[in-house]
Amino acid sequence: MAVNKTSARNMRLMGMLRKEMWQIIRDPSSIAIAFVMPVVLLFMFGYGVSLDAKNIPVGIAVEKADMMTQSLSDSFQQSEFFKPSYYHSIQEAQQALEERKIDGIVWLRSNFSENLQAGKQAPIEIIINGVDSNQANITMGYIQGVWQSWLTLFSNARGIQLSLPVVLEQRVWFNSALNSRLFLVPGVIAVIMTMIGSLLTAMVVAREWERGTMEALMVTPLSMKEMLAGKLIPYFILGMGSMFISVALAVWWFGVPLRGSFWVMVLVSALFMMVSLLIGLLISIVSKNQFVAGQTAIAASFLPAFLLSGFLFDINSMPTFIQGITYLIPARYFVAQLQTLFLAGNVWPVILSNAFALLVMLIVLAFLVSSKSRKTLE
Amino acid sequence: MKTQYFSQVFALALKEFLALFRDKRSRLILVFPPLLQILIFGFAATYDLDNVPIAIYNQDQGLVSREFVSQFEGSETFEIIEHIKKDSDIAPLIDNKDVLLVLNIEPQFSDKLQQGKSAKVQVILDGRNSNTAMTAMNYIASMNLDFNQKWSAQHGATGPKVALEVRNWYNENLQSRWFILPGILGSLILVVILLVTALSVAREREAGTFDQLLVTPMNPTQILIGKAIPGIVIGLLESTLILIIIVKLFQIPIQGNIAALYLGLFLFLIAATGIGLVISAISLTQQQAVLGAFLFIVPAVVLSGFTTPIANMPDSVQLLTYLNPLRYFLIILRGVFLEGNGFTLLFSQFWPMAIIGVVCLAFAGWLFKHRMY
Amino acid sequence: MSKAILTLSQVNKTFDSQDYQVKAIDDMSFAVKTGKVTGLIGPDGAGKTTLMRLACGILTADSGKFEVMGIDVTKEPLQVQSQIGYMPQRFGLYEDLTVQENLDLYADLQNVAKDKRQARYDELMHMTGMSPFTGRLAGKLSGGMKQKLGLACTLIRSPKLLLLDEPTVGVDPVSRRELWEIVYRQVQEQGMSVLLSTAYLDEAERCDEVVLLHEGKLIMQGDPDEFSQGVNGRVFQVRVENSKHRSLQQKLSQNPMVLDALIEGEGVRLVMIEQNEQSVPKAEDLLPDMVKANKKVNIKAVAPRFEDAFIARLKNKQNSKGLSIAEIQVSGSADDEVIRVEDLTRKFGDFTAVDKINFHVKRGEIFGLLGANGAGKSTAFRMLCGLLPVSSGKVAVAGMDLRVATASARRKIGYMAQKFSLYTDLSVKQNLKFFSSAYGLRKEAQQDRIDWALETFELQEYQDTNAGNLPLGYKQRLSFAAALMHEPEILFLDEPTSGVDPLARREFWQRTNALAEMGVTVLVTTHFMDEANYCDYLVIMSKGKILASGTPLDMKNLARTEAQPDPSMEDAFIYLIQEKEQPDGSE
Repeated sequence: MAVNKTSARNMRLMGMLRKEMWQIIRDPSSIAIAFVMPVVLLFMFGYGVSLDAKNIPVGIAVEKADMMTQSLSDSFQQSEFFKPSYYHSIQEAQQALEERKIDGIVWLRSNFSENLQAGKQAPIEIIINGVDSNQANITMGYIQGVWQSWLTLFSNARGIQLSLPVVLEQRVWFNSALNSRLFLVPGVIAVIMTMIGSLLTAMVVAREWERGTMEALMVTPLSMKEMLAGKLIPYFILGMGSMFISVALAVWWFGVPLRGSFWVMVLVSALFMMVSLLIGLLISIVSKNQFVAGQTAIAASFLPAFLLSGFLFDINSMPTFIQGITYLIPARYFVAQLQTLFLAGNVWPVILSNAFALLVMLIVLAFLVSSKSRKTLE
Repeated sequence: MKTQYFSQVFALALKEFLALFRDKRSRLILVFPPLLQILIFGFAATYDLDNVPIAIYNQDQGLVSREFVSQFEGSETFEIIEHIKKDSDIAPLIDNKDVLLVLNIEPQFSDKLQQGKSAKVQVILDGRNSNTAMTAMNYIASMNLDFNQKWSAQHGATGPKVALEVRNWYNENLQSRWFILPGILGSLILVVILLVTALSVAREREAGTFDQLLVTPMNPTQILIGKAIPGIVIGLLESTLILIIIVKLFQIPIQGNIAALYLGLFLFLIAATGIGLVISAISLTQQQAVLGAFLFIVPAVVLSGFTTPIANMPDSVQLLTYLNPLRYFLIILRGVFLEGNGFTLLFSQFWPMAIIGVVCLAFAGWLFKHRMY
Repeated sequence: MSKAILTLSQVNKTFDSQDYQVKAIDDMSFAVKTGKVTGLIGPDGAGKTTLMRLACGILTADSGKFEVMGIDVTKEPLQVQSQIGYMPQRFGLYEDLTVQENLDLYADLQNVAKDKRQARYDELMHMTGMSPFTGRLAGKLSGGMKQKLGLACTLIRSPKLLLLDEPTVGVDPVSRRELWEIVYRQVQEQGMSVLLSTAYLDEAERCDEVVLLHEGKLIMQGDPDEFSQGVNGRVFQVRVENSKHRSLQQKLSQNPMVLDALIEGEGVRLVMIEQNEQSVPKAEDLLPDMVKANKKVNIKAVAPRFEDAFIARLKNKQNSKGLSIAEIQVSGSADDEVIRVEDLTRKFGDFTAVDKINFHVKRGEIFGLLGANGAGKSTAFRMLCGLLPVSSGKVAVAGMDLRVATASARRKIGYMAQKFSLYTDLSVKQNLKFFSSAYGLRKEAQQDRIDWALETFELQEYQDTNAGNLPLGYKQRLSFAAALMHEPEILFLDEPTSGVDPLARREFWQRTNALAEMGVTVLVTTHFMDEANYCDYLVIMSKGKILASGTPLDMKNLARTEAQPDPSMEDAFIYLIQEKEQPDGSE
């Protein structure tokens, strides 16, 4: 017919886009993935993942109570980090620890006050449940804090000038209150976007194969590139929509400051979303059935992004060979970009180097997708 | 009649196994990813810091400051990648994530100490991951404590002699891997079980074979048991394999009662299978089943205490975790692995999983019969 | 010979399946004429679908030259694809899109200019009779409607060549007739060339030319009439008064002189084996015991049909000896009422799928449930098997409602679903083993039944093949075998022969007849109206209600008019449906 080449291509592409759009509208599951899932997950992670310990249950085992032990107990009572309970013997306290009622014990022996006043060594013994080592470290840090301030108070009351040789002054940039939510929420957004991106597309091509619509599409003049574009564009829009929802929640609900530029954020998100969608598409094209595609998408997106992106676990501390693997996880780059953009601002070296890595992934994936998707049933 | 009852169940279970393992791709998906993941995640997931890049800004040129810095040179935790000379060098290093922290030693550091005064060291940390920052700060604080005690001992000190003597139970060296590996085991098994069970009914429904199954003389209970067995058997086998890897490769000893561990595992598998079958029976299509499995797995993992403590969550979220079988299973895993627990201490973790399992299985069985179109 | 639109020379195509290698197209060379309707026929696995897919470039030939409209399709698939229309067996309609949206999509994909669309839409919707339903979701259309919409989508840009792969599978006779009207109109008005494959031999008969394939090889190409003439003088009709046509057919088919015996109306149609001198066979030779019993045997020569020639060409006499079926012990006497349905109703929301139907089935009867797509047959079926709760009314199968009866009551029934529904990733043997176990068979008894099934249904060769990889005819045999493992008294067969080739259908009915003779009660739905002749009693459903019921002869009598003094079953069906039903596209 009298249609020139370009407009013919546009017409086919528009046809595919309209079709995908109708399908998205009719089948609420993809809308649910894009708009309900980020909200649910962000709340889940936002509240469920927290490294800020408060009200840690500690047992204070005081074998002989007096003024001295009372003032130490009071210091724990006053700290917002602890919820102390009291025991008269170490045996009782240990039993409570075994039963997981308390996470740690502060043990003041019967001769504590006596030795202290006599100027002898008067150690305070601390027993911590080390199962959760991270939590144990944090608890230890807080106990040290309480102990230091009690010591200063105690010395001052007796007119002793307590001077430590080296005093550490802690200055935490970007997150001075060490509020873990501020860094977790941007990381969570990266994890959520990985899952949404690959889930959205993982099923869509496999579905066409399973329902037999692929065979009919293949015999039309539609080229494979047009078909892939027709699949990517609508889900890209959905994915970006869910990105905006997540950012809005992060800023307005969780109070994470957005120190970088909004538009830079949009650009890097778009790049990352394309990478995620292409991964889903690749899974879909290779597996050709929804059963395998669904399984692969779950196995390949959630746990790797959760554990290997550096969102929770420091990549530098992983063994070298595992660090090598993390370079294959796109979420790794996005986590770095998001944490920087939210908390530090437009730090170009971080943003650009990671964007470059994502760009390389995008090109490789695009190449893989187009070479794997040929217009043939074989 | 009894033998016939079980031979029918057995035939169905056998069929499920064949369906799972005759197809090469599904065979691969069930076996390799969990093993690969336990290896990768086992090494990757650690809160312990190792070779963290740092920079030193030593404005003092005295001997004492060099001694102070030398502690960091010998440390495995930190790696000094740069000695900087001016204030303006600090910001780019941290901003660009080249270093996690900068130690800023004040100009009169050595002099002040030798005069018996306090000297100051400023630690500037990148708070973009505040947990890493805090852990690093803790390391430095304890190094500083050692330095101070040594210094005081050498130069005579005043003040109360109160020191903290710390013992960490169950995990003396506070290796976070000991804490996280059992969690990875639980999470991986949950994923595998849900993949096996959640799609099983939905898949048969799409293929039309579920009708064929329902017209046979098998009753829903038999179908339920037959469908549940593969998940439980695969879960037991894979868990055993992963347990061996954890003990042999990662060298984490099992301190407690293995029988209690396996009872917990068994109850956990029943609960997870029950949930998977409910998702499967509700879903009309495989896509819905995948989505359902996903929507269960993610919160179950996040709200299990796997990576961050349940105690840190808001109260309402904590209540939610009581519905999560993984929560109980992780306590059992860590209890047996690290705390040396036996049956009595873990009893309170066993029965909630049993209840979740029984309720879900009963519901799934009811759905088999009542959701048919 | 006019210019060829499709030319094959020495084309080969082999598939490597998991278990074996299949030569789907074996050194094939032929040409298809422009502007004609060419029918591609042959049993399952003949290579029809592969040929279609090669023609439209979604499969690539291993060797040889394949030209479509003078273009080498291997080299320039896109150029071919922009000029042809292809309708695969399961056309890719988007079920969550409306009729109009599906049309729009294919118009876009085929680059139909916007200003020309509306006229084409109107024309197509008018032809298909779907104008009132353009806003309806495709998934909510009946099977026949879907197929018509699929054809409309394919025709949206009048292609030069139209490829149709079994377009009428699972489509009721009324819709089938409409579908062909559309196709033939395109040929006449637009000069379109059509290549179609079909399992309905009456459709093949109407083609300008037929191409007969068998196991990847070209057997014959030519005018269907000429083809039919090949069996001239070998086709006869036998009628015996007061004799059940089923047992008559069985007797006749055992005669070594008879190549094929088919129930037709009240008699049996015979195709005799090829002999040097063809003459009308004598009654004494064919049915000696009937003649002895002084029954009146009437044998007359009839004009051969395409199907006779097809069967004569492909049927291997040696093969059909194993069609016997082992004895099934059925308790109770004939004339017992085995199935009783009273005021059976099923509603889905506002929609009444089955509306107060009543019927009963006697032991040993073959009971046919006919009706257009979406008439409610499958819904009724599922309620009878206990797969779907009834909204109101009563169902009794062997005296029980299977939905509430104990599980063991289900041991009496065998069920064969419309869609192939065995485990595709299990082997033939594993499927049989599983289903026999599910019905409580064990040890020797189980092994005996499995051996029986493998032998009777000639599945030994495929016993370790995955069920999903079987040729269609074998899939159907396997389903049938699985439904018979436990020797059920009552068989539910939902469109058992849909998409199955004529040879396999004959085998299937021969077995079913033998079962009925043993006292097994059979409830069957079908779209092949010639198969309705096998039934003792028929019910025709329409829009959830029973339209007519009676013996096949009763049905034909209902449709007997002056214009049509001797209607076929299909004529009767179409007459009854059109007489009593206003068109509606809903399911």
